[in-house]
Amino acid sequence: MGFLFEDDNFALFRDGFLQTIEVSALSALLALLLGTLLAAFRVSPVPVLRAFGTGWVTLFRNTPLTLLFFAVTFGLPPLGVHFSHLVFAVLALGGYTASFVCEVIRSGINTVPLGQAEAARSLGMTFGQTLTMVVLPQAARTVLAPMSSVFIALPRNSAIAGAFSVGELYSAQQTFSERGYSIFAIFFWVACAYLLISATVATFFRFLESRLAVAR
Amino acid sequence: MSLFNRPATASVLYDTPGPKARARYRLFGVLSLIGVAGLLGYVFTALADNGQFDADLWDAFQYNTVQQRIVDGLLATLEAFGLAALFSLTLGALLAAGQLSDHKPVRWACTAFTQFFRAMPLLILIVGLYYAFFAQQPMWALVLGLTLYNGAVQAEIIRSGVNAVPRGQGEAAYGLGMRKTQVMMSILVPQAVRSMLPTMIGQLVVTLKDTSLGFVITYHELLFVGKAIASQPINAAGFPYIPVVLVIGPLYIAMCLLLTALARWIEARGRRGANRRTSAAA
Repeated sequence: MGFLFEDDNFALFRDGFLQTIEVSALSALLALLLGTLLAAFRVSPVPVLRAFGTGWVTLFRNTPLTLLFFAVTFGLPPLGVHFSHLVFAVLALGGYTASFVCEVIRSGINTVPLGQAEAARSLGMTFGQTLTMVVLPQAARTVLAPMSSVFIALPRNSAIAGAFSVGELYSAQQTFSERGYSIFAIFFWVACAYLLISATVATFFRFLESRLAVAR
Repeated sequence: MSLFNRPATASVLYDTPGPKARARYRLFGVLSLIGVAGLLGYVFTALADNGQFDADLWDAFQYNTVQQRIVDGLLATLEAFGLAALFSLTLGALLAAGQLSDHKPVRWACTAFTQFFRAMPLLILIVGLYYAFFAQQPMWALVLGLTLYNGAVQAEIIRSGVNAVPRGQGEAAYGLGMRKTQVMMSILVPQAVRSMLPTMIGQLVVTLKDTSLGFVITYHELLFVGKAIASQPINAAGFPYIPVVLVIGPLYIAMCLLLTALARWIEARGRRGANRRTSAAA
């Protein structure tokens, strides 16, 4: 267990930890923005946009994340797209997670009873008012629990980025194995780091849930 | 629109469109069609300009050996998936039984086990198992990793299914003098499994997708075979990475869609007739 504090091991571990957080945070941001946009497409009254949203979700939800990383890392450079490995990882992970975020938001909107929107309209509220004052606040509460499991899964999935040349916790694990430290000790520390991250995300969502809780 | 006569497409967001709104939707429809077509066209021309659709880049797939390798990779993927599905469902059932046990130590141990493996990144788990125990047999590292993670998730699904069965069911069974094992086996679990089957199959789709992690530990599954094919320069045309993705991707998507269709079918069956109440309880 003590190997972590020998030589420069701790610096490597810390850098990997920070890189994992960076990849996860950037992907979460991309997934949230893209997922919301896709959800808007999927509930819009325009059939073409609905079909586009459905197509995206079907494509990305049924493709293994490893294959997406593979496609982005090896498929884009021949096309003349050259980003850093970090950006590639964020694109793959963000695009993948966006399809899950989209589904969560869409089903959240669908759980709001039809009568709520009808009542709002009959009171003369505009579309914007109906959306921001009636539909979304109700949808947000039902969305929180499934959204938290999507965003707890995201840092876990970010480990795959390590297999595609991003220097995060998984690649730190690889380096430590190559240096010949006990695999169990390495696993212990990496496991602690991931448990810390997912516990933090879970706590954040529980805080949000308690803030938004309302008696019905 | 009267309350009892809503159109099938009634949405919580939009009123039934009148003539003006319909014209506006048509305009948006045409504009977005142009946008989507432009996007797809751009991607297609970018690929074509780059020579990705040139025949010699796709040559590799004409060789029988390459086709055979893809089939073998597919079978290896399915083998790992089949074993992992079987083991993870078994482990899930055992862990769920442990979590619902009356004995505190058993309950705590099973809950801790479940929570730990649910929070672990699968890749870290698989690679750890590979280096620690299975350096010679990557398949068992993959299968065992998938089993531990998905077993933990399946356990949570089964447990929440059992807890979602209406309380009266268990109470009535106890009232008839059944013992705990009998109540579980003949009353609670059958109802829980019926209501949770679509979710459990949904998790099997995740298991199937995650077999592609075998790529990292050199298990010769579909993605690994794809990379091997792509990284050998068969001719001067270069490395056929994009053709390989265009061949393998649809295979994965088709397998996942088949499993999803099975889940939908079972869900629709469960909603029919006498089963309606139990699936509504979930």
